[in-house]
Amino acid sequence: MMMRSLRSALSLLLLMTLLLGVVYPLIVTGAAQLLFPRQANGSLIERDGKAVGSALIGQDFTDPRYFWGRPSAISPHPYDATASTASNLGPLNPALIDAVKARIQALRAADPGNALPIPVELVSASGSGLDPDISPAAAAFQAGRVARLRGLKLEQVEALIASHEQRRLLGFIGEPRLIVLELNLALDGLH
Amino acid sequence: MSATTIFYLMLLAFLGLVLLGVKPLGRYIAQVMTGESNLVVRCGARLEALLYRLCGIDAREEMSWYRYASALLQFNVLGAALVYALQRLQFWLPLNPQRLAAVSADSSFNTAISFVTNTDWQGYAGESTLGYLVQMAGLAVQNFLSAATGLAVAVALMRGFARHTTQTIGNFWADVTRSTLYVLLPLSLLLALALVSQGVIQNLHAYRDVKVLQGAGQTQTQTLPMGPIASQESIKELGTNGGGFLNANSAHPFENPTPLSNFLQMLAIVLIPFALTYTFGSMVGDTRQGWAILAAMLVLLVPLIALAYHSEQHGNPLVAAQGIDQLASATQSGGNMEGKETRFGIAASSLYAALTTATSCGAVNMSYDSMTPLGGFVPLFLIQLGELAPGGVGTGMYSVLMFAILGVFIAGLMIGRTPEYLGKKVEALEMKLASVFILTTPFVVLIGTAVAVSLAAGRAGVGNPGAHGYSEILYAFSSAANNNGSAFGGLSANTPFYNVALAVAMFIARFWPIVAALAIAGSLAAKKRVPVTEGTMPTHGPLFVALLVGSVLLIGVLTYVPALALGPVVEHLKLFAGS
Repeated sequence: MMMRSLRSALSLLLLMTLLLGVVYPLIVTGAAQLLFPRQANGSLIERDGKAVGSALIGQDFTDPRYFWGRPSAISPHPYDATASTASNLGPLNPALIDAVKARIQALRAADPGNALPIPVELVSASGSGLDPDISPAAAAFQAGRVARLRGLKLEQVEALIASHEQRRLLGFIGEPRLIVLELNLALDGLH
Repeated sequence: MSATTIFYLMLLAFLGLVLLGVKPLGRYIAQVMTGESNLVVRCGARLEALLYRLCGIDAREEMSWYRYASALLQFNVLGAALVYALQRLQFWLPLNPQRLAAVSADSSFNTAISFVTNTDWQGYAGESTLGYLVQMAGLAVQNFLSAATGLAVAVALMRGFARHTTQTIGNFWADVTRSTLYVLLPLSLLLALALVSQGVIQNLHAYRDVKVLQGAGQTQTQTLPMGPIASQESIKELGTNGGGFLNANSAHPFENPTPLSNFLQMLAIVLIPFALTYTFGSMVGDTRQGWAILAAMLVLLVPLIALAYHSEQHGNPLVAAQGIDQLASATQSGGNMEGKETRFGIAASSLYAALTTATSCGAVNMSYDSMTPLGGFVPLFLIQLGELAPGGVGTGMYSVLMFAILGVFIAGLMIGRTPEYLGKKVEALEMKLASVFILTTPFVVLIGTAVAVSLAAGRAGVGNPGAHGYSEILYAFSSAANNNGSAFGGLSANTPFYNVALAVAMFIARFWPIVAALAIAGSLAAKKRVPVTEGTMPTHGPLFVALLVGSVLLIGVLTYVPALALGPVVEHLKLFAGS
């Protein structure tokens, strides 16, 4: 009885492994590559035939002529896509407040004349360390700086922001947002 | 519209969709688990028969609870051995394009137990640790089979109530096979493709280098992880597993790229657990019994969802003191955004956090460690309540039935009558077993936490100072012992101490209760059915719902208030002391 049961257990495990662990993912892979090849391969953005990144994975922007994304807690290289992580700092942790202060300082130093309040997203690290998006508020906060440093009119940059904004699904699912990489690619395209 | 209105609209739409799915899916599960035929069963019948033939299984052979439990244990222990071996040998196996090295013995052990127990606690970072073969043939397979095991136990317990004067509760092999082939696999296929359409990747390529737009020095290129993620992501949610392919789990854009993918994942997490209430009602011949349980689940769940949302939306006063704009507006979600993704904001992150801990899922789309004290209290407390509102696939149903037994027992004591539930007398044996079931988990959580905070090896892993560091340890043992798998991720748990301690916690807290539940199923099945009389307490009305909710809260609060007071409560008082 015991041996028969063990044999059933082992053979069912191995056959299920074949079915669920090999056949099923291969079927999904085949169907995905057929139906949604762009998404299945990482939603890559190409420029002049070369991949410059993924629309879904943020990049590290520190040059004040670009829009900056969310702070990334990945170290030593922020936005290292092989090491996704959040900061995991608790709300009372002094290290969190120190990090916030440093980010405020960097934002103010890059744009001394900007008196707008800083949106929380620009001083708080994302959940993945790879967040591709910022909110319209975070983009608007940086519009003046980007326009000034690139010699563009503020209205031009604001129009660019407006044209890249993605709204909430059905008005109540998710948050309004912009993909930072696409926004910056469009900025480079303005020249 | 204000941010709060938008949140409640989303919540209403979400719960509405879930409720719409309960009856059709619940009836469907009852059909396939009782051996009735339908379109899907006809499509899979030949495959099912082939599996039985190759494995020497007679699917019509009925098992006693004891044989059922021993088949279950054999199947799961062998499953753990396979996951362990795949990790240890991955360097020499195919489908490992990054040539990732063999995983350490203690981490492999932890992960093997973790995935077999439906916990999916993860001490490792997926993208830098596991090759595609381990993910596909090891982890994803257990994502199916551990959920199928839970579903099997729930159905066996339902049979215990439905049958009378018999020694048997079904056939484990058939239950596992049918729940996999007819429930989990078809839904996973559909969800996987829906997720790919949103941007979840699905390929077998090596990691891809891209030249970044603003490159300098070492960071000219970015290496994008690749892999068969969507096929695993779908069963990760549908099977309430929660183990991420990548370290950041569902906060990672390749696992959860859009608000719609997030919404679909949330639906997938709770759809089957809620539907099982209908399956239960249908199998015991009175669907009102199922709806009453569903009502109790919602009474427990909804207020905690609201608490998480409002705490997170309120934000962190220490960040506000720096002059930062945390107010919700038309152009930003505001609130406590540390550890959260822009596309989800506060609303979709808070709802996800509550759902994934009200089930045994434990997938995360943000960092729970960085939540406000009361926001982080919600997932912790939902886990500690025993994950039964609605709970994991199958596990939620059999857990809530234990509390139903406790509830009718308490009611019986009050009126001085032998308690009954669904026409079965609840007697000493059932009460003892239900007590073992209910007390195993708190025992493991509290002893485990106490040991870890007493040992240097336990304290060494803490990632935040003060009360929050203690909360990280309490969360880890609560999560492991309730087979949830989410974490206050600042805890460095990939150490021999935590890998072994948490694996033991996961194993005991998974299988002791399962054996107790199956023993109850066997005992109930053997009983005569008692006729309904005037003295029988109805178990489908508001009184029963209140009794059930009361029993769950009574046990949960009495057990955990002292432990919680030292963590989130202290922290909340400190954070808001100045305001």
